Amino acid sequence: MRRENREREAGVMAVPSAEKFYAMLRSAAVAGLRILDEVPVIRIGTATCGIAAGALLVRDTFRDELNKRGIEARVMEVGCMGHCYAEPMVIITKPGFPSLCYNNVDEELAIHLVDDFLARGDPCYEFAMAALEPNDFFPTFQDFPRGIYEEKMILGDCGLIDPQEIDHFLARDGYLALCKALQTESNQVLQEIKKANLRGRGGAGFPAGEKWDMARKAPGEIKFVICNGDEGDPGAFMDRNILESNPHLVIEGMIICAYCVGASRGFLYIRSEYRQAVCRMERALEQAREKGLLGERILGSNFSFNLEIFTAAGAFVCGEGTALVKSMEGKMGIPEHRPPELAESGYLGKPTVLNNVKTFCYVPPIILRGARWFRDVGTPESPGTAVFALAGKISAPGLVEVPMGTTLRQLIDDVGGGVPHGKRFKAVQIGGPSGGCLPEQALDIPIDFDSLLGAGAMMGSGGIIVLDEDDCMVRIARFFLNFTQEESCGKCTFCRLGTRHMFRILDDIIRGKGEMGQLETLRRLAEDIKIGSLCNLGKTAPNPVLTTLRYFFDEYRAHISEKRCPALSCPELTVYFIEPKRCSKLCNVCIGSCPVEAIFTRDDGLKAIDQEKCVKCDNCLKACPPDYSAVIKLSPLSLLDERLGKNK
Amino acid sequence: MQEKDLIPVLERIQKKYGYLPLQALKSVARELGVPAVQVYGAATFFKQFRLNPPGKYQIEVCMGTACYMAGGQVALDSFERRLKIGVGETTPDGEFSLERVACVGCCNLAPVAVVDNVVEKNVTPTRVDGILLSLGLSEENKENKENSNAQGK
Repeated sequence: MRRENREREAGVMAVPSAEKFYAMLRSAAVAGLRILDEVPVIRIGTATCGIAAGALLVRDTFRDELNKRGIEARVMEVGCMGHCYAEPMVIITKPGFPSLCYNNVDEELAIHLVDDFLARGDPCYEFAMAALEPNDFFPTFQDFPRGIYEEKMILGDCGLIDPQEIDHFLARDGYLALCKALQTESNQVLQEIKKANLRGRGGAGFPAGEKWDMARKAPGEIKFVICNGDEGDPGAFMDRNILESNPHLVIEGMIICAYCVGASRGFLYIRSEYRQAVCRMERALEQAREKGLLGERILGSNFSFNLEIFTAAGAFVCGEGTALVKSMEGKMGIPEHRPPELAESGYLGKPTVLNNVKTFCYVPPIILRGARWFRDVGTPESPGTAVFALAGKISAPGLVEVPMGTTLRQLIDDVGGGVPHGKRFKAVQIGGPSGGCLPEQALDIPIDFDSLLGAGAMMGSGGIIVLDEDDCMVRIARFFLNFTQEESCGKCTFCRLGTRHMFRILDDIIRGKGEMGQLETLRRLAEDIKIGSLCNLGKTAPNPVLTTLRYFFDEYRAHISEKRCPALSCPELTVYFIEPKRCSKLCNVCIGSCPVEAIFTRDDGLKAIDQEKCVKCDNCLKACPPDYSAVIKLSPLSLLDERLGKNK
Repeated sequence: MQEKDLIPVLERIQKKYGYLPLQALKSVARELGVPAVQVYGAATFFKQFRLNPPGKYQIEVCMGTACYMAGGQVALDSFERRLKIGVGETTPDGEFSLERVACVGCCNLAPVAVVDNVVEKNVTPTRVDGILLSLGLSEENKENKENSNAQGK
């Protein structure tokens, strides 16, 4: 009763003021940014990935060089556009020219660009990567193979706006959805989300609208909204990128969610390893509060919502809702039985909505453009887009947003540019430690929440790692089992001990000590762990093993019965050998490259490896000039004796 | 201060001292009114907390999937070999500490190590030597070489 009254009150009072309030904020923002249309603007991608590639040095070079020459221009720090392979990336917008994007910019190129483009007027097309908007001179990102597949619903502004200045977000209609939502009855806003069939992007794909509805209907005055930014999957960095590149979109989505369910407080649960993300988010929250977009009486309405950051202390299992909430309450992050669902009894026992970073990001565009717009993209069961982090043996790694239903083949070959260096594709690892490794024949499966389950994998949060012929599938299974057995919280016996036992068996196999009978034990353990674990960490932990057993059984057999690693990757089953026929007396490169001085010169002047000392680091193999390619790998170990016998 | 503030409090202590001294854990338990075992439990459960002082230079080797497949293990082995310490340990002179981290999210630069909060890309064994030399391991390095020479003979 009371809630309804309050809502009615909010509805009546909010109508005129929220709109005016917002219009005022937006026009101020636009006016403040008008300067950007008049002077050249240099946008430098300084998300974690950009900084790691050297973006800060490039930024300083631009600033210094511009100062030295007295050129008036703005150097702006932006987030990441998702083209990780091209970092550090710089976008230069100069009046009279199309906005041009330059890849792999270093100090030298920066000076060159200042001299030729900014000081004179030559856009240096030979160094440009793409233009941002269609023009008569240079192709745009839409002309890239990935441009055909990409559809940016939530990443559109990433890499173009300054994440540390709220005005940039406001000028691009940021918080307009919030303004619209606040003038609508909260249940109607919720119905729109339900109609859009927005499914949680954390991996499980639970419909967000239903979750919100449950929390809305749950009794109690105090409710919470939590954003799960505890991105723990190794090889996944979608959430980090969004938090760093467009923090206000997440905030806006959370406020709208809070309005729907009637929550007054919220938390952003972010991994403390993501220092940059925490830092930018803190600034974003501060600015949103200053503008009256967060805190008491948002946009002059009667709705109040406070948001703060909780830095997670690092435990993979805390990605699970109940464990996350427990860690926030000051306990160990150990999952609990469900029901009660978090929406009924969550943080401090109050109804709590917990959604992934990306889920909240979809909320503002849905409110702004309607559920129909959202449902028109993707598949009927999984509408919208999906964000993937492409990594591993792929030509163009990075962050991509494609409609649900895109196949893995399109994603890897067309969007990611396929496997580089002429190597053969072997498998794709999707879904992190809970997912699986899929072979070539599974590549035509469309990616959505349900299709991948049949193949033994799952969509997960969106990390995709491509593996080529040099990657050993038993080793990758062992890697994930090692991860899960370390991250298991220890509550359920099967997860705690079973994963450890599976890890030991896999470890035996890659060391050449495995037996065929152990494979049956692996399968049995896998089934038992699935049944005997409470949370999804345990339930899905055997997936990497089960999928590799299913699709790459030959590799297991080679390791066990032939003591051979087909990918020449397991150090215990592989030796490095210098082919005397190819080795040159004139070259000493390998000797210098060896970190442990295992390579020596034989009496005849050729080089050889002291196997006792060799640590199998791959250095000599990479160092040996392609003309010789004398360093080779051999597996099984017995091949070495054969060679030595033959060549003596 | 209540029970729910436990993790933020521990984080603040770690930020100040670089680790969680046992004495501090006891005081936290007293101040928040929670059993000491719960404080110790949380301090050991979460990866981010450490109970021994870190080295002057903190080296974190990424063990994400992409880094692992690109030779992260080789990089980690190289650090261990050069520093003569294992994961989670600090050199006796307190100069270096070595950690393994799950994923720093720079998969395209794999293998990656974070040295004093700066991401180092393509960390091959040669790069490991370069990093350590630049941080002043030269003396120890010499010793190492002498040792290995002696063993070789």
